[in-house]
Amino acid sequence: MTDKNAQAEEFVLRLDGISKRFGALTANSGISLGLRRGEVIALLGENGAGKTTLMNILFGHYVADEGTVEVFGEPLPPGNPRAALAAGVGMVHQHFTLADNLSVIDNITLGTESLWSRGNGRAAARARIKALSRDFGLAVHPDARVGSLSVGERQRVEILKALYRDARILILDEPTAVLTPQETDALFDTLRRAIAAGLSIIFISHKLHEVIAIADRCIVLRHGKVVGEVDTHSTDRAKLASMMVGGEIALPEAEARAPGPALLRLNHVSTRAKGTATGLRQVTLDLCSGQIIGLAGVSGNGQAALADLVSGLVRPDQGSIEIGGRQPIVWSPREALRHRIARIPEDRHKTGTISDFNLTENAVLEGYSCPPFSRRGWMNWRAAESFAKDIIAKYDVRCQGPAQRIRLLSGGNMQKLILGRVLEPTPKIILANQPVRGLDVGAIAYVHSRLIAARDAGAAVLLISEDLDEIQSLSDVIHVMSEGRLSPGFARGSMTAAELGLWMAGQGFEGGEDAA
Amino acid sequence: MRLEPIANASLARRLGLPLAALGATVIVAGVLALIAGANPFAVLGQIVTGAVGSKFALLETLNRATPLIFTGLAVAVAFKAKLWNIGAEAQLYAGAIIAVLMGTGAMESPIVLPVSALLAMAAGALVLLGPVLLKTRLGVDEVVTTLLLNFIMLLFVSYLLEGPMKDPMGMGWPKSEPLIKDARLPRIVEGLRLHWGFALALIAAVVVYIIERRTTFGFEMRAVGSNLGAARFAGIPVNRVLVQTALLSGGLAALAGWSEVAGLKGHLSQDLSPGFGYTGIIVAMLALLNPIGVVGTAIFVAGIFVGSDAMSRAAVVPTYIADMLLASALLFMVLALLLTRVRVVRG
Repeated sequence: MTDKNAQAEEFVLRLDGISKRFGALTANSGISLGLRRGEVIALLGENGAGKTTLMNILFGHYVADEGTVEVFGEPLPPGNPRAALAAGVGMVHQHFTLADNLSVIDNITLGTESLWSRGNGRAAARARIKALSRDFGLAVHPDARVGSLSVGERQRVEILKALYRDARILILDEPTAVLTPQETDALFDTLRRAIAAGLSIIFISHKLHEVIAIADRCIVLRHGKVVGEVDTHSTDRAKLASMMVGGEIALPEAEARAPGPALLRLNHVSTRAKGTATGLRQVTLDLCSGQIIGLAGVSGNGQAALADLVSGLVRPDQGSIEIGGRQPIVWSPREALRHRIARIPEDRHKTGTISDFNLTENAVLEGYSCPPFSRRGWMNWRAAESFAKDIIAKYDVRCQGPAQRIRLLSGGNMQKLILGRVLEPTPKIILANQPVRGLDVGAIAYVHSRLIAARDAGAAVLLISEDLDEIQSLSDVIHVMSEGRLSPGFARGSMTAAELGLWMAGQGFEGGEDAA
Repeated sequence: MRLEPIANASLARRLGLPLAALGATVIVAGVLALIAGANPFAVLGQIVTGAVGSKFALLETLNRATPLIFTGLAVAVAFKAKLWNIGAEAQLYAGAIIAVLMGTGAMESPIVLPVSALLAMAAGALVLLGPVLLKTRLGVDEVVTTLLLNFIMLLFVSYLLEGPMKDPMGMGWPKSEPLIKDARLPRIVEGLRLHWGFALALIAAVVVYIIERRTTFGFEMRAVGSNLGAARFAGIPVNRVLVQTALLSGGLAALAGWSEVAGLKGHLSQDLSPGFGYTGIIVAMLALLNPIGVVGTAIFVAGIFVGSDAMSRAAVVPTYIADMLLASALLFMVLALLLTRVRVVRG
């Protein structure tokens, strides 16, 4: 990467004038970009900016309306993932495409060998996988069942799969979303080795500091167009962020406040594991008025169980919940609502809203059974509609009106409707589970400012997030979850990301006893 | 070949495709007639004339539509909540049994009609209550339980008709005693062969529509059916809603059997229902589970059956053509509805 002139000719990948429309929506409009040998470019953009569509076109999942893709100077036939694979394009999806019940070696070789030559090339394949894992620092046992691997290890298998097929161009879609800081460092080490071996990489991410850390160039997409291209060595996070949204953004910073009385208390609560999801192990936690408690942790370490517990979906198997000093006799979502617990669910499409229902119906999904929305068994749709209109106006939900189906809204606007639904009845306790996942920078700032405002008004906020930056900038107290255990609370600013990362990896916990 | 979603389907697409489905059904019917060795145009013409070509034919079609509206509504209500009630046939016979029990001398006053209708609904609801409780309590698949209950109920009816309910004056045939006059549904217009069951079915459709759109229970039911996880998260009492939906569905299906006995046949026999419970599924699906739409599709389906009967008397084509017509109509319609939401792209 020192001699720029020598590399200028060597574009391994060129996208030229790519456009793709879905009905009235233009996902990509005239996008051109080139990737050089041994280069990492980052694709940065708000949600819905067209990053995923562009990569799906490149990999042959979609056919572009206009434009061409060239790999190593050869045009790539559109709509053919096999051709993309054969040309040396490998994709590591955000959601892994692995078979849990097969071994690592089977997953990697799946589809590369003929049905008739079963067993022949196996020794060779094993040797090759071992060599690849050594060369690229991808430690994983070839005979382990994928179902028994951690998330980080599964990602390594995905990368190995691409390398095994002789990928020369690697596309990574949000690869760090599920990793601890330490695992992210290991991933970056692998990527640097890959570049040294002559591969080229397209790295898609929301996290600005990672983009700066790994990429040479950064291409910013907005509304389906390339709005800028910057050398990452001569830029900073604030500049990138403002390019993404097209303006300067003030990121809200929560100021520390003295906590009030405990509104919700968990006493040594344990819950059973549900399927592959981890249960809680002796969790003790106080949610105090006027305080944001941040819950960090690698995804799948019991955060979902804690969220289900607080939202009323799950009852403690051991231990107890106390609200306002009293234990509720039954514990259900409706009971949680009655105690004025606002719940922002992790998955707004599957649990937060009913996609076939309109905005009005979704706005009253939680309050529908009480006046003024329901009287003596009859719905009062006029009252429901005016409630929806209030939310639309107050929370700036961009939509055609309360009668529009919610599935047609963007993620950010959907989240704003949910915010309005749960915050309008002025809750005492707020459970915010991944409240900004998949939102653009503008919507993130908005959601955060609402949470801070609710806290300042005296609510207790439990913020669950996989994004350490978010946790660190908002929380008054930070807890870390690992394998269902809860760490002690750390005051704002008392821990670095690396120190929290050690807790996330399970270090510091004493024999399953928590010390909160 | 892949499917790509369409954000907003054009009006032409939304109207044209169902019409094309209807056209394809007609073509299939023509081909079937050709295979049977008849003139396809004559066969189709005879089906249409046989269904709606005369006052008698039209009334016959509406009579046949009556139980289909009830079973169609029963299925539509249940499916709306994603409660897969395949047992409308069993619930229908439960209603028919009550019609006989109450109508053969248990009460001798005009009040017997509403009482027996309500009891019939309760009986149908009770038949579905078992499967739905097994589902909500133990997670037993209601498709299996409701389907198998159909056979149990048919055997039970057969036992009743050979035993305790057998008409002593029936010359040995397995059928019940005839209903007394007070227990029979009168005709809407004297002299025309259409009974009040049809009017009751229309009222039921309107009532179901109002329940779904205007009541709190209807909202809960639609929410549970559209997204169970979101409904549970939002605090909707899912199990209670499923049980209530089952009671409504079973009650509606029971009215089909009750009105057939009290309005049309006047007695119970084993051939009371030529599969009205199952055909109700087709009726409900064709109507996209819309209760008002059920009335239209029930009349359409009844017309095909009645028309095919008339046609087979005139031509040499067997009545099985009606079943094949319905099956292909359903398949084409499902395909057409899919294609209003997605388009097929190459690659």
